[in-house]
Amino acid sequence: MGKELLTVKNLKKYFPIKGGFLGRTVNHVKAVDDVSFTIYQGETVSIVGESGCGKSTTGRAILRLDEPTSGSIIFDGTDLLKLSKSEMRKKRKDMQIIFQDPFASLNPRQTVKSIIKEAMTIQNVHSKSDREKEVLQLLETVGIAKYQADRFPHEFSGGQRQRIGIARALSVQPKIIICDEAVSALDVSIQAQVLNLLKKLQREYNLTYLFISHDLGVVRHISDRIIVMYLGKIVEIGDKHSIFENPQHPYTKALLSSIPVPDPEKQRERIILKGDLPSPIHPPSGCRFHTRCPFATELCQTTEPELVHKNNMKTGHAAACHYIGKLNEKVAVTN
Amino acid sequence: MKNILEVKNLCTSFFTEEGEVKAVNGVSFSVPSGRTLGIVGESGSGKSITSLSILRLIQSPGKIKSGEILFDGKDLLQLSEKDMRKIRGNEISMIFQEPMTSLNPVFTIGEQISEVYQIHRNLSKREAKEKSIEMLKLVGIPSPEKRIDQYPHELSGGMRQRVMIAMALACNPKLLIADEPTTALDVTIQAQILRLIKELQEKLHMSVIFITHDLGVVAETCDYVAVMYCGKVVEFADVKTLFKNPQHPYTVGLLNSLPRHDIDQEELIAIKGNVPSPFEMPNGCAFAPRCPHASAICHTKEPELVPHLENNEIRCWIYSNEWDGNKEVDVNGGQRTINR
Repeated sequence: MGKELLTVKNLKKYFPIKGGFLGRTVNHVKAVDDVSFTIYQGETVSIVGESGCGKSTTGRAILRLDEPTSGSIIFDGTDLLKLSKSEMRKKRKDMQIIFQDPFASLNPRQTVKSIIKEAMTIQNVHSKSDREKEVLQLLETVGIAKYQADRFPHEFSGGQRQRIGIARALSVQPKIIICDEAVSALDVSIQAQVLNLLKKLQREYNLTYLFISHDLGVVRHISDRIIVMYLGKIVEIGDKHSIFENPQHPYTKALLSSIPVPDPEKQRERIILKGDLPSPIHPPSGCRFHTRCPFATELCQTTEPELVHKNNMKTGHAAACHYIGKLNEKVAVTN
Repeated sequence: MKNILEVKNLCTSFFTEEGEVKAVNGVSFSVPSGRTLGIVGESGSGKSITSLSILRLIQSPGKIKSGEILFDGKDLLQLSEKDMRKIRGNEISMIFQEPMTSLNPVFTIGEQISEVYQIHRNLSKREAKEKSIEMLKLVGIPSPEKRIDQYPHELSGGMRQRVMIAMALACNPKLLIADEPTTALDVTIQAQILRLIKELQEKLHMSVIFITHDLGVVAETCDYVAVMYCGKVVEFADVKTLFKNPQHPYTVGLLNSLPRHDIDQEELIAIKGNVPSPFEMPNGCAFAPRCPHASAICHTKEPELVPHLENNEIRCWIYSNEWDGNKEVDVNGGQRTINR
């Protein structure tokens, strides 16, 4: 494992809800509520969870695209939350993001070449005379031909646009790239091309990825470690094999068992969760998952579980549940 | 087994300023009574237009050019608009991907479900309301007596999709067309909805057409599968055969591209290139420019959809006598099974 590149500690992001007389803040959406994790150089860490679990907000808060409410984000030795706006802008040279919708994240009035060159100019990478050459080289690396460099975004397909987004992120030679649902809008055949490209670039440039996705197939393919979030909290964290083969939190188990497997002959046990996601404005007391958890007890309603590591888990694997390792017995009792 | 629906040689085109887009170009398939047919394909393959054509919901500049749609023996394309209205929502129902846009925001869900009974069954308002509550109970909405007076925006995505299903099944249709019904939902909610559709299908003895891009959903819900590419069916098979022994290079490519959550894969084998533009369709087989096995004949002559093995039909030259490429071609990593 490489050195620590990014350490997030007790990160919180609350969005105020304005309302009532005088438009005062009446409440908060607790999108990210006390999240801590570390990312090491050269690895891919994924955050998974359903809509509203706070995975995208976590990514945006790290880049301070949404200003965090509290906590600390140590990147490469500096606390990002202590930086001024202009210092932060300089820091973003090392931290880039690729967004989900390649149609919305590229300026429709700029050619591909000028989109990428602009990023280089702002961050002042390469000498002025070299930039043109570097842009073309970069486009070739991501699979866009030289003769296409003067075209506008609308002339490209979704997959190609995502490649342009990747080229733009790479253009400033970042250390970490946050991929926010970067392949979710693409068809499977194109998605596979882009995933392979991301893997190739990681090997070549020793990149670190924070990969945000709801697709567990994609996550298994690309990640080294995985963070599972539910209603603004981390419920389980661990390396890929621990999460997929030895999940400990009932939410992780249910999530994994919910995904349809493309193999009609595989019969599986399925945990179907009752009900919907509770509101993040008034999250449930105790364990936030207790309203949907098939194993919940009184303890779960009152006491919030901590992320803990137990003996039956590999190093670095932790889950936030009162009944780690005891769920199998509980299944027997409920049956 | 009797077929509830037979689509023969359906062609639907859109006449745009840039020219004709053949969205559905000679599609044929049948749905056996009481079974589920999955139609899979990527964006632009024509799967949604196929389903809209069955209900004759194609709007200008689109037009159904030719073909036959035999539902229970009668050709839907020959019916008058008035007779067609008696079929929609009554004998054939449809649920859409986005439950927010397909529900009317200014009416309560009760009013919207009752409407179905008032139109198709001539029930009074009160009877219709009672029936609607029953229906909401059937699709698993808690305290339906209260929910019936709520508006769509007061419900979550999963609940809205349940309301859509209640509305679609109100008149006990013989055929349900589900167009990406779970794509907008989270996986845990998707699992609830898929189970619900399956349970109701058994209870009400419906046939279902399931349109999706998700091969996992197909594997779990369908009995038969039609794989579409560029407006054509390229492979048709029962679900076990399709996943165990895919024959068309496109089907094989799709399955290889799919990142699996249940097994480890080193590298995904992607299909090279992009889907061709509808204005620049290649000559011959539409998949030839992306196909790893394509030979001379593929670029010049279009293959037909022909019965191949026991339970499948394939549109590919590799399996024909005219194949002029590598005779030992290995399409799915197993043995090439030639049926001549």
